[in-house]
Amino acid sequence: MSGYFKYLFDGIKSLAIGLKITNKEFLTKPITLQYPHESVKMTPRYRGHIELIRNDETSTHQCVSCGMCEKGCPSGCISVKSKKVPGVKGKVLTAYILNFTTCSLCGQCVENCKFGAIRFSNEYNLASRRKEDYIFNLLERLHPEGVPEPKVDPELLKKEQEKKEAAAKAAAEKKAAAAKAAAEKEAAEKESAGGESKAEEKS
Amino acid sequence: MSTLLGQSQLQETFELNIGPQHPATHGVLRLKVTMDGEYIVKAEPVLGYIHRMHEKMGENRTWNKFWPNLGRLDYLSAIAYNHGYAGLVERAAGIEVPERAEYIRVITVELNRIQSHLLWFGAFVLDLGGFTPLMYAFDEREQILDLLESVTGSRLTYCYFRFGGVYNDIDDDFITGTRAFIKRFRPQIPMYHDLVTGNVILMERLVDIGHVSSEMCRKYGATGPVLRGSGVNFDIRKNEPYSVYPEFDFDVPVYTECDSMARYMVRMKEMEQSLRIIEQALDKIPDGPYIAEKVPKMIKPVKGDYHFAVEAARGTFSMRTVSDGTNQSYRMRLRSPTYSNLSLFEEASRGMLLADALAFMGSLDLVIPEMDR
Repeated sequence: MSGYFKYLFDGIKSLAIGLKITNKEFLTKPITLQYPHESVKMTPRYRGHIELIRNDETSTHQCVSCGMCEKGCPSGCISVKSKKVPGVKGKVLTAYILNFTTCSLCGQCVENCKFGAIRFSNEYNLASRRKEDYIFNLLERLHPEGVPEPKVDPELLKKEQEKKEAAAKAAAEKKAAAAKAAAEKEAAEKESAGGESKAEEKS
Repeated sequence: MSTLLGQSQLQETFELNIGPQHPATHGVLRLKVTMDGEYIVKAEPVLGYIHRMHEKMGENRTWNKFWPNLGRLDYLSAIAYNHGYAGLVERAAGIEVPERAEYIRVITVELNRIQSHLLWFGAFVLDLGGFTPLMYAFDEREQILDLLESVTGSRLTYCYFRFGGVYNDIDDDFITGTRAFIKRFRPQIPMYHDLVTGNVILMERLVDIGHVSSEMCRKYGATGPVLRGSGVNFDIRKNEPYSVYPEFDFDVPVYTECDSMARYMVRMKEMEQSLRIIEQALDKIPDGPYIAEKVPKMIKPVKGDYHFAVEAARGTFSMRTVSDGTNQSYRMRLRSPTYSNLSLFEEASRGMLLADALAFMGSLDLVIPEMDR
């Protein structure tokens, strides 16, 4: 009987201790944040989707379209599109497509980039109902006002044009030589074929 | 009692499906339970609802590209899994790790362990019908997540370790923040004990319920708090030391009661021990590089069979790989603790009340994506 009362008493006591803590917390200030009205400041290392870094000197990105990020990506969510523009050294980035639906934010692309062209952004308000909204063109995101034309170096352009002309000339010469050789060969074949047909006629 | 169950002529048994989507199973685990009234005759766990072929994925990509998978096995203590993979490939390829990197690894892993146990604590009590402890646990857990976010960049699926070190260095803000957290968290643990452990309802639900003997643990290969709650002192950090763990002074909590309460207490004590490890690591952390300088871009381990085990929050996580000398693994094997811990559920839950079985399952601390690798 005494055990029963002890059990009852201990039980009620344990509940009272719990209630004391709850009451104490009841009087403290809430620490929650009302999200749409207030938002959390992200730490600098927060991993949002990747973005191109703007170089202050050139006021554009530093990407040379080498494609190392694309190669290092485990889920294949990056595709770098580039083209050759006359008068510009190297390749020019035309589109940097990131399919954020498959990105796992591992950071291999950022590590693989030897030119320091990409980093993680702090963007996290990305809610959407459509899948297409998560296929980002990072180049357009860097230049929302419109992608600037690449700067053409006149000297390089001149050099390139000269080179191109020289190459065209060389190609033309080569073509001419090839045509001549082909014509000669054809003639020789005709001759021999003619000889054969003649031989057939004879028999 | 259990021998009589289901054999009564008057009462028929019936099948009860719990899951695959059920709030008490914490993920897509299905339990096919044969019931005799309120008592369980046989409980058969059905797995495979989120199987993602992680092992196969490890075999068809380069070593570096397997990193994101390690954050998605056990999403609650992902850094420990990062540690397992880093250790495995470093052992295979013979990569030296700077000491500072090892300290950073230990600090983040232990913070992650506390975070995992806090979430388990909240969710476990939630299973038993107590809602508010979850809020208390999440209050502290947020602090850890903020700390880890400031250094790793993510809050849950970490991909922080790299071969030969870590992704980025920790700063003074992180060290002061962690110290402040330890100071803040220490007095919280007695508060949890007052609020939850001493509570008469919790005692009724946990004490002498869910008996798992050490023989049963051996039979099914259970590790972690389940094994330590059965009186076996086994912790990879002590028994097979890796990283810089031998340099720290910490205890392995062991309880011999073998019931749900013992497993609960092991985890509560483990949080205190993790705090001790972090404190010592913060004091001792040396200066130096946080990643080894000479790590080859394309890793090609020598032909052979390699193995590495770590103590994750739920038990021993071990990885084994067979390398054929190329830049991909020939065979990747992940041995996850929860799979073995769940395996004993069928035997241990025989003859249990259904409500007790769910409490017992909570005390095993299951993370479903980890079993369904």
